[in-house]
Amino acid sequence: MDQPIEITTTKNLRGVSCPMNLVYTKVALAALKSGQVLEIILDNGAPINNVPGSVLKENHEILEKKQLPDGAWSVLVRKA
Amino acid sequence: MRYSETQLERYSRHIILQEVGLEGQEKISDARVLIIGAGGLGAPAALYLAAAGVGTIGIVDNDRVDISNLQRQIAHFTEDVGREKVVSASAKMRAINPDITVQPLEMLLCADNIRGVIRDYDFVIDGTDNFPTKFLVNDACVMENIPFSHGGILRFDGQTMTVLPGRSACYRCIFRQPPPPDAVPTCSQAGVLGAIAGMLGTIQAAEALKHILGIGQLLTDSLLTFNAAAMNFRKIPLQRQADCPVCGSNPTITELVDYAQAACAMKH
Repeated sequence: MDQPIEITTTKNLRGVSCPMNLVYTKVALAALKSGQVLEIILDNGAPINNVPGSVLKENHEILEKKQLPDGAWSVLVRKA
Repeated sequence: MRYSETQLERYSRHIILQEVGLEGQEKISDARVLIIGAGGLGAPAALYLAAAGVGTIGIVDNDRVDISNLQRQIAHFTEDVGREKVVSASAKMRAINPDITVQPLEMLLCADNIRGVIRDYDFVIDGTDNFPTKFLVNDACVMENIPFSHGGILRFDGQTMTVLPGRSACYRCIFRQPPPPDAVPTCSQAGVLGAIAGMLGTIQAAEALKHILGIGQLLTDSLLTFNAAAMNFRKIPLQRQADCPVCGSNPTITELVDYAQAACAMKH
């Protein structure tokens, strides 16, 4: 059995386009401690195609990506 | 969170850079930069540093805007002719970014006042237009241990180097003393292609930001020269000189002197 992932903060970035969704993701990550998990909700299309890659480049870990019923994506990021 | 949503948008292109981020932008907001000269080099440097959100920017000049300045000193507009350059430049800097503090310093820097002025800043941009002041800025920054960017332009040529006093070659390691008066023509005698002022001043602004952020490699121990006619760029490696009269092991220059004493004295 997988342990449930403990989410520290959720940031709803529906309707927020690139690159401000990345800016808000970075701001939210800056407030967390290393190892804590941020959930970001990203729109389908450019946001889900771009933001996770940028987050990975900064050495954070993507734990999970799943599409929600409304088409947006929930992405779990563990802070480096 | 020190930034409003509007400020996050304003600085978004910095914040999304991996090498800058929120922490880097905060360093920029906390930084204090002094720009010496509100002319060809100082104007673009001032505008870009204001745009970047450098929290405190001092700008020194004692001239007024002349119509012949407008071809390259892009902080000054036609309606500013006759206005003090620091007043004109400060207005544009505040218009670009109301978040920052601009300190207009309408004065002529000389041996007896420069150290007290530069001491308040983390980084100095030399945007002066004459050799005596360039040596004065170098010597004062070395004595006060303040990193600075040297810059100069003439005709189609530009040169710049960044100095970390005590750690990298200073201007006087390379050029021992000012050339004799009239040996090198000034921009007003020889002319200058306006756009190269922007090329050089923005290099200086980038060096200031890199220093503030602690990223990349500063233009230290090298002199970058370019000729815009051929668009050739060249980076000449340099070394600190142990016998440098100001930053060497036995400095002979321990107090500042005015090479242009007459001009300085006139203002008092």
